Amino acid sequence: MIGLSHYLVLSSLLFGLGLYGVLTRRNAVAILMGIELMLNAANVNFVAFTRFVDPTFVRGHVAALIVITLAACEAVVGLALVINAYRHLETVNVDQVDLMKG
Amino acid sequence: MNAEALAFYALAAMVVVGGGLVVQSRNLVHAAVSLVPTLLGVAGLYVLLHAEFVTAIQLLIYVGAITVLILFVILLTEGATGLRVPQRNEQVPLALVVSGALVLLLWAVLLRVPWGPPAGTLPPYNPGAVGRSLLMPYVLAFEVTSLVILACLVGAIVIARREE
Amino acid sequence: MGVGGLLAAVWQVEIVRMVVLAAVVFTFLAVGGPLFLVLAERKISAWIQARVGPKHVGPHGLLQTVADTLKLLYKENILPHRADVVLFSVAPILVAVAALLDWVVIPFAPGWVVRDLNVGVLYFAAVSSLTVIGILAGGWASNNKYSLLGALRSAAQMVSYELPLGFSLILVATITGTLSTVRIVEAQPYPAYLYPSVVVAAVVFLIAATAEANRIPFDLPEAEAELVAGYFSEYTPMRFALFQLGEYGSLLASSALFTTLFLGGWKGPFQIPGVGPVVDGLVWFLLKTYAVVFFLMWVRWTYPRLRIDQLLGLSWKVLLPVSMVNLLVAGLLVVVR
Repeated sequence: MIGLSHYLVLSSLLFGLGLYGVLTRRNAVAILMGIELMLNAANVNFVAFTRFVDPTFVRGHVAALIVITLAACEAVVGLALVINAYRHLETVNVDQVDLMKG
Repeated sequence: MNAEALAFYALAAMVVVGGGLVVQSRNLVHAAVSLVPTLLGVAGLYVLLHAEFVTAIQLLIYVGAITVLILFVILLTEGATGLRVPQRNEQVPLALVVSGALVLLLWAVLLRVPWGPPAGTLPPYNPGAVGRSLLMPYVLAFEVTSLVILACLVGAIVIARREE
Repeated sequence: MGVGGLLAAVWQVEIVRMVVLAAVVFTFLAVGGPLFLVLAERKISAWIQARVGPKHVGPHGLLQTVADTLKLLYKENILPHRADVVLFSVAPILVAVAALLDWVVIPFAPGWVVRDLNVGVLYFAAVSSLTVIGILAGGWASNNKYSLLGALRSAAQMVSYELPLGFSLILVATITGTLSTVRIVEAQPYPAYLYPSVVVAAVVFLIAATAEANRIPFDLPEAEAELVAGYFSEYTPMRFALFQLGEYGSLLASSALFTTLFLGGWKGPFQIPGVGPVVDGLVWFLLKTYAVVFFLMWVRWTYPRLRIDQLLGLSWKVLLPVSMVNLLVAGLLVVVR
């Protein structure tokens, strides 16, 4: 029987992978991908808790939907920043983007 | 092993292998394409958890929009994302220790808690339940989210616009 | 039955059922899609341009596509220089599978639907957006600048046109109060006071679906005069055929969804005498779907191609505002009644 702990173990593993990606990647887009993994891990938790602990108002689903929306917003703004940085500095590596004014 | 367990382990393998490729691939296009199986696997987990509406939105927004956007930007900034540029910094061992320790800590806590069996029942028509929930108890969160979307729309256009 | 019902049923039986259904739908898609549509396209284009079209293979050229398919099967598979082998091979499969998955929620006749998901319409939109990833990956993996340009154009185009398409779907969902395709068909005909809104939504949907299927006047991604053949320039026989399968499959699927949402699906103006409800539904459904396909082909061979800025401008500056206002009006009407 698959219980809540299975989902939690999986989501923490996914979160760890995302964190590893965020910490080791140099490219801003790749860091964003790591963040997406972490957000997905959080969403799995939200939905799993709704199923196994508290289904009132399907709260977890609402939270997951809001997280997905905000993830889309974050991707849009983040990628706009990347495009802008690439246009001015010809790099998208976060350790080389160190100017306050382009 | 019953159907649910089989499906869960298959999806879990998909998520973990895909996620591993996302953070490990030397080629960023490969990493971005690996997001697809990972996100599809997560969508499959939502199916197992009876969250149909979230599944559809996950497919629509994450797989259909965010991944495409990420791929698009990687292809547009080819000069900085090519194979010639090293994609990893010098923090690999440190990051391994930190994220490994975090995962182990989480597991140690999670596996010690006696989680009970499923409590209560989910409403039968999932999209309707989500809609009612969004517009009644959580209407404030809903409205604030739409404000954030507006702000990010304007922000993205201003940032990415080419100055004349 | 919801998605969760999939696990409630006996799962071995379910898996066999799914495999069989997938095989049936795929056969329908391959025969009713590319094999028939390519021929129809050539015949219709010939008719519009006062030519004869293919006529040598089989009676009236009916077997032309079969011959072409055999030819494709016998040709050599060429891998471009320094192409990315894995992505190059996976991309066409992804496109074809996405077109196949669309059909899961299309109701052919009363009770004849692979699975009546209660998020059916959203599912359709979600799955058809998978195509973009296949196209982007294929265009990049070909290691060819024309392919890459075509793929980038395609992504920009499909992402822009998903929004007006989505608004049309939301309008239908608002009126019928459900996302399930079967229940949407059952809710039709729509009340008369909503006709103006529904017609606007239908027109927007049709334009957006044409753009999603990358067809003239929106075929920028494969504009042969400027990009060779766009994202599939480098693709040879079977992989090229898979792209074609995906393209015609999604054309057929969009037409089927249009029929489901706006033309009453399996419901006909009258009952065909002497047949059961299933055959009757099937006949009306296919008749309407292929009528929509014919309309799209007619448009294709009548209008010239748009420029990329006109194309994106049409989506963002015309279709999106129109469908937003339309949704507002329809929502108001539904509430006030």
